[in-house]
Amino acid sequence: MGRVNAVELEDVRKRFTVRGSGAQPRSGVSPRGPSARIHSRREPPEYHVALDGVSLSVEEGQVLVLLGRSGSGKTTDLRTINRMVDPDEGRVAVLGREVHGWDVIDLRRRVGYVIQEAGLLPHFTVADNVALVPRLLGWPPERRTARARELLAVGGLEPDRFAGLLPRQLSGGERQRVGLARALAADPPLLLMDEPFGALDPLTRRRIQDEFRALQGRLGKTVVLVTHDVPEALRLGDSVAVMDAGRVLQRGRPREIREQPQEGFVRDFVNAALL
Amino acid sequence: MSFLHFLASRRAELMTLTAQHLVLVAASTAAAVALGLPLGIAMTRLRRLARPILALAGLVQTIPSLALFGFLIPLPLLGGIGTRTALVALILYALLPILQNTYAGINQVDRTVLEAATALGMTGGQRLRMVELPLALPVILAGVRIAAVVSVGTATIAAAIGAGGLGTYVFRGIATVDARLILAGAVPAAVLALLVDALLGAVEKSRRPFRAATALAVGTLLTLGAALVMSRPARGTAVVVGSKNFTEQVVLGEIVSQLLESRGFEVQRKLNLGGTNLCHQGVLSGELDVYIEYTGTALADILRQPAHSDPAVVLQEVRQRYRELGLVVADPLGFNNTYALAVRPDDAQRLGLRRISDLAPHARTLRVGLFGEFLERPDGMKGLLATYGFRFGTPPREMDLGLLYTALVNRQVDVVVGSATDGLISALGLVVLEDDRRYFPPYDAVSISSEKSLQRHPGLHEALNALAGRIDEDGMRRMNHAVDSERRDPAQVAREFLDGAGLVRR
Repeated sequence: MGRVNAVELEDVRKRFTVRGSGAQPRSGVSPRGPSARIHSRREPPEYHVALDGVSLSVEEGQVLVLLGRSGSGKTTDLRTINRMVDPDEGRVAVLGREVHGWDVIDLRRRVGYVIQEAGLLPHFTVADNVALVPRLLGWPPERRTARARELLAVGGLEPDRFAGLLPRQLSGGERQRVGLARALAADPPLLLMDEPFGALDPLTRRRIQDEFRALQGRLGKTVVLVTHDVPEALRLGDSVAVMDAGRVLQRGRPREIREQPQEGFVRDFVNAALL
Repeated sequence: MSFLHFLASRRAELMTLTAQHLVLVAASTAAAVALGLPLGIAMTRLRRLARPILALAGLVQTIPSLALFGFLIPLPLLGGIGTRTALVALILYALLPILQNTYAGINQVDRTVLEAATALGMTGGQRLRMVELPLALPVILAGVRIAAVVSVGTATIAAAIGAGGLGTYVFRGIATVDARLILAGAVPAAVLALLVDALLGAVEKSRRPFRAATALAVGTLLTLGAALVMSRPARGTAVVVGSKNFTEQVVLGEIVSQLLESRGFEVQRKLNLGGTNLCHQGVLSGELDVYIEYTGTALADILRQPAHSDPAVVLQEVRQRYRELGLVVADPLGFNNTYALAVRPDDAQRLGLRRISDLAPHARTLRVGLFGEFLERPDGMKGLLATYGFRFGTPPREMDLGLLYTALVNRQVDVVVGSATDGLISALGLVVLEDDRRYFPPYDAVSISSEKSLQRHPGLHEALNALAGRIDEDGMRRMNHAVDSERRDPAQVAREFLDGAGLVRR
């Protein structure tokens, strides 16, 4: 094929301390009940294994969907790619270089990021939100503005109408388009998307999914997208990895996942959604 | 004369005090922001710090301001008598709301937004400047607003430590039981608080709060800079005269000041300071050059020595022990402001009361009024009853000094424990019972200054000794009465005394 992998993960492992030394205080009742508190100083720390040996690769220009329930490790997996999470073990390489070889700020500016509810800065106008990464990169103002308008248009938002609005003046779908435009602003070769369409109503969601697919085909970006929505995964992915309990159970083209789901969890999960 | 006329008649002084007040508020709030904002941000980064720091700031709030001054005055750098100490106290009080709101404001920023900011490649500093601070700004501004408005109220206490401001009127008014004077300080302070609240409220609600806050901050700093440049006092050359915060002390402070002025000294008045300790620390630290103390107070309250009833012995002992502190006690002014038991003249006649001993057969049916301090003092109530061997039928009623004589005249009490020089004693024709067993220690008025002050101001010692033996109890009582009851200006009363005594040739 001669194609290069934009992202490679090799046997990546990550566990989070749930309780014990260095644990973040958590609300809610201890699973062992109140008596456990008395011994808490001596208790060994408890861990939650988020990634239990994940290996994945994404070719340039391809869309990889990480599909799974909440808690399956798919978001943690995504976040190792721009070093929002540092793995305990294993190797992560982005654009041909190991993530630890990157300056972390530089890495993040080179990788677009879209999250549910978009995470727009509420005190920035739409145009300023879109032009954020170019601004961080030190582009001159005129070039930033031009770029923001261009991307609003690409995202199907009329620049004259939307540029000066604040995020709270937009509908959910419009916010998500702005989020996407922002991720694309500095023309990153790689896009990470975490449940990007999760908060939208079914009609809007379907329309934006189609637009995204068309846009991706046109721009040729590499995309890693996280979702728990089986139809969305099958519709958007060039390739789909089904995850559970920190492992990749099956990796294949959407058609394989739909027609030959692996015995057990994958079949139950896919069928429950499609049948 | 209406209240407004009253204010108008003091326009110039009122403007000066208001300006001083504003400077205190602006400077302390600005400094509290400069300290509290970085500290609040640090608390969001090092969360372990948050709880102890907030607890400490909260603890400071519970310290009454006079007590805080007491802690601060002896400190090098921060303390002393005057604006600096007042500012330090105001800053400490203003820190809590600013710390709290900075911490809370940054913590309430939406996690998703922070997550996005980080993932898009903002550095920690960029995230703080571009996301956290702007989004926390309304909450932080609300904290600054609370701090500033509270500070307008708290700054009145600055007068207790000689830092000026509108509290000067309040304290002077309390000392002379002059409600109009109290209002002359309190009403402008309240108006000021409303204005500050409105101004900061406008900044908070403005469409560009960041720009408005910056403009306000720059404006405040420029004004403060200008105030600093213009208000550099002629310190060093002037003799600083202090006084405690009651009528007699203010009158005596004026007498000393005017006497010194008539002899060519430049004088700076720091009258109405909040209590004995402040004045004592003031002369010790060199912030004050002279104030009037009472020998009994010096012995019992400052030196903590057992009381003695012989005036000469007490004076001798105070002089000697003060010398070890580097302080010089001038010759007594001539009056003894000791405790005095006073009764109504009709009772005195009917019951044959002339001396304290005469109370014994009637004590069970008499009601006594006093101010709280007298119950606690070593030379107070307990010893009095033990020395004279009688008891009153009902427990003593505690009341404010200013109310004692009103209660006596209105027959709510029958005996009051007041001071020998209380103006109302003469004015109301009350009978002071003779301390026939010489229980009360002497409280002879003497001027106190440090050796250093006397060296720095040649002729000061002679000038102060010129007052020796010139004021007796009755004279002091009449001057107190002129101020307390006739609402005369202490400065005017002092001038008339100096003229009458021939101490000043005009």
